[in-house]
Amino acid sequence: MIPAAFEYYRPKDMAGVLSILEEHGDDARVMAGGHSLIPMMKLRMADVPHLIDLQDVGGMSDIEIGSDSLRIGAMVTQSQIIEHAELAQVAPILREAALQIADPQVRYMGTVGGNVANGDPGNDMPGLMQCLDASFTVVGPDGERDIAARDFYEAAYMTAREDEEVLTAVTVPLPKGGYAYEKQKRKIGDYATAAAAVQIVKEGGACASASIAMTNLSDTPVYSEAAGAALVGTSVDDAALKAAVSAMLEDIDPADDNRGPVAFKNHVAGVILRRAIERAWSRA
Amino acid sequence: MKDEVTREERVENLKGLGCSRKRVEDARFTQGKGNYVDDIKLDGMLFGDFVRSPYAHARIKSIDTAAALEVPGVLAVLTAADLEPLGLHWMPTLAGDKQMVLADGKVLFQGQEVAFVVAEDRYAAADGMEAVEVEYEELPVLVDPFEALKSDVVLREDLVAEDGSIPAGAHGPRKHANHIFTWEAGDKEPTEQVIVNAEVVAEESMYYHRTHPCPLETCGCVASMDKVNGKLTLWGTFQAPHAIRTVVSLISGIEEHNIRVISPDIGGGFGNKVGAYPGYVCSVVASIVTGKPVKWIEDRMDNLMTTAFARDYHMTGKISATKEGKITGLHCHVTADHGGFDACADPTKFPAGFMNICTGSYDIPTAYLEVDGVYTNKAPGGVSYRCSFRVTEAVYFIERMIEVLAIKLDMDAAELRRINFIRKEQFPYTAALGWEYDSGDYHTAWDKALKAVDYEGLRAEQAQRVEDFKAGKTRKLMGIGLSFFTEIVGAGPVKNCDILGLGMFDSCEIRIHPTGSAIARLGTISQGQGHATTFAQILASEIGLPADSITIEEGDTDTAPYGLGTYGSRSTPVAGAATAMAGRKIRAKAQMIAAYLLEVHDDDVEFDVDRFVVKGAPEKFKTMKEIAFAAYNQAIPGIEPGLEAVSYYDPPNMTYPFGAYVCVMDIDVDTGVTDIRRFYALDDCGTRINPMIIEGQVHGGLTEALAVALGQEIAYDDMGNVKTGTLMDFFLPTAWEVPNYETDYTVTPSPHHPIGAKGVGESPHVGGVPCFSNAVQDAFRAFGNTHTNMPHDHWRIWKTANELGLHD
Ligand SMILES: Cc1cc2nc3c(=O)[nH]c(=O)nc-3n(C[C@H](O)[C@H](O)[C@H](O)COP(=O)(O)OP(=O)(O)OC[C@H]3O[C@@H](n4cnc5c(N)ncnc54)[C@H](O)[C@@H]3O)c2cc1C
Repeated sequence: MIPAAFEYYRPKDMAGVLSILEEHGDDARVMAGGHSLIPMMKLRMADVPHLIDLQDVGGMSDIEIGSDSLRIGAMVTQSQIIEHAELAQVAPILREAALQIADPQVRYMGTVGGNVANGDPGNDMPGLMQCLDASFTVVGPDGERDIAARDFYEAAYMTAREDEEVLTAVTVPLPKGGYAYEKQKRKIGDYATAAAAVQIVKEGGACASASIAMTNLSDTPVYSEAAGAALVGTSVDDAALKAAVSAMLEDIDPADDNRGPVAFKNHVAGVILRRAIERAWSRA
Repeated sequence: MKDEVTREERVENLKGLGCSRKRVEDARFTQGKGNYVDDIKLDGMLFGDFVRSPYAHARIKSIDTAAALEVPGVLAVLTAADLEPLGLHWMPTLAGDKQMVLADGKVLFQGQEVAFVVAEDRYAAADGMEAVEVEYEELPVLVDPFEALKSDVVLREDLVAEDGSIPAGAHGPRKHANHIFTWEAGDKEPTEQVIVNAEVVAEESMYYHRTHPCPLETCGCVASMDKVNGKLTLWGTFQAPHAIRTVVSLISGIEEHNIRVISPDIGGGFGNKVGAYPGYVCSVVASIVTGKPVKWIEDRMDNLMTTAFARDYHMTGKISATKEGKITGLHCHVTADHGGFDACADPTKFPAGFMNICTGSYDIPTAYLEVDGVYTNKAPGGVSYRCSFRVTEAVYFIERMIEVLAIKLDMDAAELRRINFIRKEQFPYTAALGWEYDSGDYHTAWDKALKAVDYEGLRAEQAQRVEDFKAGKTRKLMGIGLSFFTEIVGAGPVKNCDILGLGMFDSCEIRIHPTGSAIARLGTISQGQGHATTFAQILASEIGLPADSITIEEGDTDTAPYGLGTYGSRSTPVAGAATAMAGRKIRAKAQMIAAYLLEVHDDDVEFDVDRFVVKGAPEKFKTMKEIAFAAYNQAIPGIEPGLEAVSYYDPPNMTYPFGAYVCVMDIDVDTGVTDIRRFYALDDCGTRINPMIIEGQVHGGLTEALAVALGQEIAYDDMGNVKTGTLMDFFLPTAWEVPNYETDYTVTPSPHHPIGAKGVGESPHVGGVPCFSNAVQDAFRAFGNTHTNMPHDHWRIWKTANELGLHD
């Protein structure tokens, strides 16, 4: 559990970060909270000869709430998400999800940017951000660009971010309606056996819109457009719930692991989604 | 104002037996001031670490250390070839087998030690490990003991004769190249007869999965060979420091007086730190080779994957009874998976430990047990994880068999237990498999437990729940887990208990200082049990000096008297008895001194709390403090100066703690998630030395029981890869997963122990595992479940529900 030797950098600004990234290409990596990266380095699953600590860069630790969207700096920690009262008002699903990530010690260190940039299918925030239709701002040698969360994830640990780009912020349209983040895990500190993020809008007793994303049930987060569509126009009755679950099951592709075989995961994914929808609907 | 303290106050001041004295150890532990082996830092100390096999079974074609020796900071790389000239490439195990220290031509399990890299620090060692090149040729892997007994693949070529015959092993004839021993207890034919002719027979096969003690502190040591004076000092995580000293002497040839073994603070053991590991041998050799101290500390994965595991017992049982439920016979067969080497830590004559306590708390007239030990491509071990030798397996077996029989008889499992308990008047009771139970009052404990939880109310609630479930009103089932256990601890009488020929007595040496305080040294070693607190309490009551004035010291073989260490709940039954006996020797001499000082005959004074008083004249007395001073400043005719005593205690019998546990659990049938609503634990450990420590031990043991029953396992895939080598997958419960425990007790003192104490550290684990498991199984009883294997994690519970047709 000792990482291979590496060079440690702690630049004071983004220009410094970018120049090191440019110089060393994929031999360099940025580190935010380090709570995904350091374990991988210790297991020698990640070889990072040049490690760039983002702690001193600045400008990425704010939570700004606007009239139709909110912006979370990449270095905001999961615990800051939990503690931010106004955020909990306008986007309560963020707090509900953050509380189900890891344990308090990890949440003090783990950042939103690291969580979404990491590309581990077990991370909870990628699915959450897909549900919320967030976009990620990245900056690189050619300047800034925005990538939709729903287009960001290509495969496990493979994302649309280029090696020399840094993720600086997450922008989320202010969520509407009822919400729920439902997660089954084996124990505190565990990644999901199955998790579902649901945001749902009710108008005149019927579902006006619904957004659904699933976590740890494929090698990327799964935004299930069809599952959401199955609810729209219904009163979210048993038939609609069943339709949403079947649509979601078409989109996920879980793997066998210590949490259980595929059949179990499919079953639990269905149960968890159903519960999430029911809870979100009750809050809509 | 009173001018004199009352007798009650004097008793209180001692903080002796029965006092919930705060743990004296906690001041340092809670402030991060403990001194563990990894805290030891010596001048010029080097660090050693292992290159480990990625394969479960492979021949080693070559090991190239050249590149590793080029790594800055790397000083040496040891392989079997380097150890062979010293005869140290293999070492004896506690089970009469031998084990490779470093891979000698082949590897037998994933993670096996292949080469030992010695470097200036642990970072250089890690880089050196990466640079060692080992060429392997993969061999067929055997992870299933039943397959292993049929296979042509020979795991241990060293145990097959040149003509292909299979020589006998340490425990008798072997049936197959991969077979280690067959061990029997009880009467085979009569048992089979009883079962064939019985009115009712229940049968079940169960697998008690492989798990691991996983102490918070992993194993490690620091070896320092002083070449000038020829003395070797070895600090380490040893549950049995004296035994380690003797073993090191026997295998290294260094005379025992030149070896000093020190166990500093130990962060949990649970059996994991009883045996000897290649890391100890390699550190010693590396220190001799380099002339510098060498430290070796496992990381978490090393610990989980390679140091001693627990359980891995495939058990098949038959239990027979009359139609009314009176048990007539019990038959048990075990296929025991021991991994690549037989490194179980059991007394020599008991290769399956005390598995023959598997008749449990019941009066079963006829029984037979047969255990077959088998080699496979898994890590060696087979230690007693928070239990006396294999007692957790035995109690799990019988407590499952009782439930299975209750189902067969369509009877309430609590009632079935009640009608079969050994009755109070039957003690001392000789069980069909040979043990003599010293004492017990099972009916009283059982009735108290069932009353406390309103057992009948719970059953009524459960019946209603089943109705509601069937009517579609709920998706949650309710399980009521019962267990009644009898432990067998305090190994043990030298006539039948030894380890490597060392009798399992224990010891205490006491020195009273002139001003009335004392130090006592014992042959045991605390790993969190609180010995410094409780042994001082035993002594306080025996010698009348306050516990706060008594220092307890353990773990340094240069100062402590010889003892066999701490495991199997043996410290209180054996060393605790030695402490009381040594205390009585002190008191006997104190009585003579008191009589001299009071100018009366020895027989005219009597002990009273903290003093000797003249019989019939309580105003004439000498306190123990005064007597202590007199022992050092008065010339008393016929009495040597000083006040010291030593006792070596060979227990006449084991002790048999018991208890009654009830668990109430709700189970989400759709997700397999369990919720423990209530857990009630009644323990009878005989005389209660410190109720608060007992409660702490019960909480800890139950938590480890919950872990094992609900998820904790060392799982292998077909290739022999460990699937649960980190704490992400190996379940270690936190406060979050742990329910509130309700503790209770009865007191049935041991008739043969000097203070009637029986030991408690392991009881809750032994009784807890079947209780949690029975709760899960019981929830599904109404739907046709008889048995499912642990661990009851979410997906396995879901699978049970699925197979019973509970998902539409
Ligand atoms: C015991 C434990 C349990 C956990 N359980 C959960 C859980 O249940 N759910 C969950 O979601 N997570 C869990 N985590 C992960 C935790 O939330 C991490 O902190 C998080 O995934 C990564 O955030 P970080 O700031 O620590 O990132 P780091 O570890 O610093 O980085 C992770 C990756 O993202 C890259 N990266 C980081 N920041 C940026 C950036 N600004 N721009 C570009 N790339 C960047 C890094 O180069 C690295 O590849 C757990 C972690 C631990 C140790």
